[in-house]
Amino acid sequence: MPFTPPRESYSGKIFEETIGSGPKAITVGGENVLPFHSFEGATPHKPVIAFEVQDVPPEDWPEVVKEVYKGVSGDPVTWAKYCIEKLGAETIALRLVGTHPDRQNFSPDEAAETVRKMLAAIDVPLIILGSQHAEKDSSVLIKCAEAAKGTNSVLGKAQEANHKTIVAAAMANDLKLIAMSELDINLSKQLNILITQMGFDKAKLMTDPMSSALSYGLEYTYSVMERIKLAALAQNDPTLQPPILADVGMMVWKVKETQAPEADMPAWGSLKDRGIAWEAVTAASFLIAGAEVLIMRHPDSINAVKKFIAEMEV
Amino acid sequence: MALTGVEIFKLLPKTNCKKCGQPTCLAFAMKLAQRQASLDQCPDVSAEAKQKLGEASAPPIRPIKLGTGDRAVKMGEETVLFRHEKKFVNPCALAVAMKDTASGADAQKLIDAVLGSEIDRVGQKLRIDAIAITNDSGDPGKFEAMAKLVAEKAPAVAVILSTTSPDAAEAALKHFSNKGAVLYGANASNLDAMAAWAKAAKATLGIAAASLDELSDLTEKAKAAGVEDMVIDSGARKAGEIIRDNTLIRRAAIKKNVKSVGYPVITFAMRDDNMLETLVASAAIAKYSSIVVLSSMEKWKDLALFSLRQNIYTDPQVPMQVEQKIYKIGEPGPEAPFMITTNFSLTYFIVSGEIENSKVPARLAVLDSEGLSVLTAWAAGKFTASKIAQFIKESGIEGELGGTKELIIPGYVAILSGSIEDKLEGWKITVGPREANGLPAFLKSRVA
Repeated sequence: MPFTPPRESYSGKIFEETIGSGPKAITVGGENVLPFHSFEGATPHKPVIAFEVQDVPPEDWPEVVKEVYKGVSGDPVTWAKYCIEKLGAETIALRLVGTHPDRQNFSPDEAAETVRKMLAAIDVPLIILGSQHAEKDSSVLIKCAEAAKGTNSVLGKAQEANHKTIVAAAMANDLKLIAMSELDINLSKQLNILITQMGFDKAKLMTDPMSSALSYGLEYTYSVMERIKLAALAQNDPTLQPPILADVGMMVWKVKETQAPEADMPAWGSLKDRGIAWEAVTAASFLIAGAEVLIMRHPDSINAVKKFIAEMEV
Repeated sequence: MALTGVEIFKLLPKTNCKKCGQPTCLAFAMKLAQRQASLDQCPDVSAEAKQKLGEASAPPIRPIKLGTGDRAVKMGEETVLFRHEKKFVNPCALAVAMKDTASGADAQKLIDAVLGSEIDRVGQKLRIDAIAITNDSGDPGKFEAMAKLVAEKAPAVAVILSTTSPDAAEAALKHFSNKGAVLYGANASNLDAMAAWAKAAKATLGIAAASLDELSDLTEKAKAAGVEDMVIDSGARKAGEIIRDNTLIRRAAIKKNVKSVGYPVITFAMRDDNMLETLVASAAIAKYSSIVVLSSMEKWKDLALFSLRQNIYTDPQVPMQVEQKIYKIGEPGPEAPFMITTNFSLTYFIVSGEIENSKVPARLAVLDSEGLSVLTAWAAGKFTASKIAQFIKESGIEGELGGTKELIIPGYVAILSGSIEDKLEGWKITVGPREANGLPAFLKSRVA
């Protein structure tokens, strides 16, 4: 008896969003089916991976990933150009971690200057990230948004506590915006509603439901992403139709599995392969669950995930 | 399609004899409808009812055991497409391929690796579950020799015998009679012979199709030939094909009750590129495969895949909890910082991760708050001054600490500091940061 494939069609569709400008601009989203379900609907754009660079040298990154950028990570622009020219980065995520009051406490003007230099030096899309210090981010990201005016960059992350100023800044400077809340579909929905009620176009939003690392809560992020996608597609809920962003590298490269040397944990095997696999498996899982934009750190993990994405085309 | 409880009830003896363990036939019918009981529990059911109900009450994906004894792996029995709906029940088995062309030394090495692959992870023992012997030589003699070696050296390990030759199958299966083995490789040209050998050895038949249509056709033919236990392969190899076919199979089995694909899926993830293989295997674990065959074992790869399998198969309705106790991070001396938090696993992971990041050795007390995070536990009365004080007193930690007895509490429950101080005589209570990401700076500033 022939097999009748039980295909699904959905009334909803993920917003199609272009980031950056010029020939290197990238478009994500646009699909009307679950991740990689090209057999029953449209999946016009591949997920995109942004290489993470920081405004200060990555002292707190584990050796496996720090050593890759040795020699270039002293300066964010040099670092980003290395990612683009040598490692094939199609997008850069600049994390202004040096603005955190517990780090270098860079001023909003200093951060904006870094953003300005970065935008002048690179031609790929830029994701501008604060230090996730809710209060400091609101002052830092206002200045950074002004520096990025008209570049169609992505600004983030707006959280419940600081969204008003950051949303206003993104709106005034015509930027895309990341809205982050903590591992709960209802919180994601609520924040997206608050943001659109301020007049921000929901088709310029990205939802960050909060990432996690393999073995450290991955299943929470995974299921929140799946539920967001199902609500967006099956229930046609426009507040959950922005593409999903997963900030993978920062969650992965702080867990024990990416740091403990093989000498200490002989049952865990090679530290280098383990670290790369930890980042790649976390990232691939989130792609399967619904992420369209990933922020990652190690070029080998990124390459593996790119090959994985390529294998999804059938 | 599945029958309702009332439809099932009409087919039962209606004697309310209680032999099934339920008070009434109706109660038993309801249990059957919810798949919480099996028809075998009713001794008086008629043959006609059995036939009708057997079809309808069978789980949409047939339960099958891989291997025997303590290491046997249950497969199938899944009832949902998404893990947030209901727990995925039977974690997929991981198998490693062993070519029958491998040298004796290489084979021994792989067997040793499989036997030594078990690790303890958050209280669960995880391991490579099976060896898949592949008939690369095409020679039944070589295939049998490898099967014999595995049967002798690793008698407790489940085996998948992969060949399209009925002669090779017959020879190798002699060593795995009644051992819960899988005979993989049944296709359109060898089905009858393969089915016969699988039945003779009480092995599960692995269907090797080239498409979903052919798969459905082959399982029906095998069933007609008397085979009940099968694992199925639609021929999907690329990651996108695996996602597509596994999704269609799971949907057909669960939502349409299509019996011809209501079997556990076996997926071959082997790649030359080991990192890519790890990701393809990850996709298979997340999306519905019951057996994933890998080309090799490395400790880092095993750890990553074990961890993903554990994450995906966690019960979404039960908050993950860690054990109530005082955890040491690094090698804390008597004067090292001493902190307390709740036992929600995510809270514990994040807090302990940030303490590790600080590189400051410390002690972290984890109070059983029924898996709630700090604020929720406090609001629900599970993280109170008296519970904290009692736990600290009973833990015997006082003896381990130096002169200053200081407890650092989460910033979100700063309000508790006074009442804890009242209940813990001689202790100083310090309010720590509200968010775990404030811990590294907080801890560093204290030791500076």
